[in-house]
Amino acid sequence: MIMSGRDARGPKSLMPLLLAAPLLAFMLAFYALPVVTMLMRSVSDPVWSLSHYAALPDDTVFQKVFWNTLYTSVIVTVGALLLGYPVALALVRARRWAPLILILILLPFWTSVLVRSYAWMVLMGRHGLINETLLAAGLLEQPLRILNTPLATQIAMVHILLPYMILPIANALRQIDPSLARAASGLGATPWRTFRQVILPLSMPGVAAGVLLVFVLALGFYITPAMVGGPREITLSMLIAQQVDQLNWGYAATLSAILLATALTLIAACYRLPGIGTAFRMNTR
Amino acid sequence: MNAARLLPTTVVGLILLFLAFPIVVVVVVSFSSATYLTFPPPAFGLRWYSAYFGSEDWLRPTWLSLWVAAATVVLATLLGTLAALGIARLPRALRVVAAGLILSPLIVPVIVVAIGIYYAFSRYGLVGSPIGLVLAHTCLAVPFVVTSVSASLAGIDPRLEQAALSLGATPGGTFFQVTLPLIRPGVLVGALFAFITSFDELVVALFLSGSGAVTLPRRMWDDLRFQIDPTIAAVSTLTIVLTVFLMGCAHLLRKHNERIRTA
Repeated sequence: MIMSGRDARGPKSLMPLLLAAPLLAFMLAFYALPVVTMLMRSVSDPVWSLSHYAALPDDTVFQKVFWNTLYTSVIVTVGALLLGYPVALALVRARRWAPLILILILLPFWTSVLVRSYAWMVLMGRHGLINETLLAAGLLEQPLRILNTPLATQIAMVHILLPYMILPIANALRQIDPSLARAASGLGATPWRTFRQVILPLSMPGVAAGVLLVFVLALGFYITPAMVGGPREITLSMLIAQQVDQLNWGYAATLSAILLATALTLIAACYRLPGIGTAFRMNTR
Repeated sequence: MNAARLLPTTVVGLILLFLAFPIVVVVVVSFSSATYLTFPPPAFGLRWYSAYFGSEDWLRPTWLSLWVAAATVVLATLLGTLAALGIARLPRALRVVAAGLILSPLIVPVIVVAIGIYYAFSRYGLVGSPIGLVLAHTCLAVPFVVTSVSASLAGIDPRLEQAALSLGATPGGTFFQVTLPLIRPGVLVGALFAFITSFDELVVALFLSGSGAVTLPRRMWDDLRFQIDPTIAAVSTLTIVLTVFLMGCAHLLRKHNERIRTA
């Protein structure tokens, strides 16, 4: 879309540049330069050196937070894939129920992350719905501690990121020629075998796109872990915010650079895979 | 339904329940008559809605959020539409660089954007000012406008513009009478996305709001630190209704547009 050109009026005209210039100048001034200047603090604070980066391998706080962030992202991505694939399949195969399934996916998708995290606070709190139900059913003696644990973060993040997994997979499934599945079953394959040997391999571009999208978005999560997560299991984003509050700009900038580099490296590594190019345009809710 | 289909249907049903249930709970709790959070509510009432509409502490941030979102829509739609028109005709190398800059807020973790903007804006006195929020939100909203308008532009048959030009229309006339009507749905969808992006935005607001420009999500966040009384459920329900309505409009508009194009 945006990458495809249409040189209707010849490439020599200055008009296209004039049209794009206001936005490019705006984004340079209010977004790119601020972010780059901030990131420069990681090598210029207090003097020009790489000391902030050199200190990271021995920085136990950073090590713990970085691995916790990666670990959370892996768990959330696996969870979203396991829950997302069956729903994507159902969405594509259902006829009468397809609109309802789509609404049930889009309704939470269109609700803000803050409101959805709040919803999980209501559900998982000490006197929340989950505890009250289990207590009333006599399955518990004491309320369980769910809120402010790593599990709470993982559940809420899977919930929030699930549509980002479902939609690319459904997209890939929709593009599979239905005659292939018919041919497989006509040749005697069981439905399970047809799925495993025909549908699943052909849906892989969608799976790759969904996995990358969910993983990269999970890496940068801030609001949800801060609201429902444990006080000790902080994420990289939370550590960055904390350091800014304490005005440790050099350290905050170093952590930001690491977070950004991790996200960009993953995307760059996967960009050539089929289906990935379109994945980030799906990031439009 | 036969037994072989019962299991997968149940599994999918449970996952869909997991997706929709939290939202339903918030909406139900907002109509609770209890002074504390409990589900199901002992009785129903509108007390949390009257608490919201009767409180200047909630209404002020609401108006600010609407104002900031409206200003973001104007700025992002104007700049984004112009840029989309230009980018499609840029030489390839320049086009890739420009698209990379414009789309990068979709990939860069929002905390990095937020503290970068905070770092720069605090020097120019833009922290605690609605203007700072509008400028920052516009940067976050622009990718949605540009992708949406670009998609509309890509679907236009270039012969329509060539025909207008060869029949003697000026480039300006061609734009306003041919191109703009054709991309209008794309512009509208982009504007709706820009509104929601700003209205729901929290991470940038956490840093830029200060005490002088507290937006609605920021006000909710501050409240959640101390208590989770059902007023937030009422506010949440109102924002769910607003955003789902606007996103629904955008969704239908886009579907409608795709159908026209493939017809």
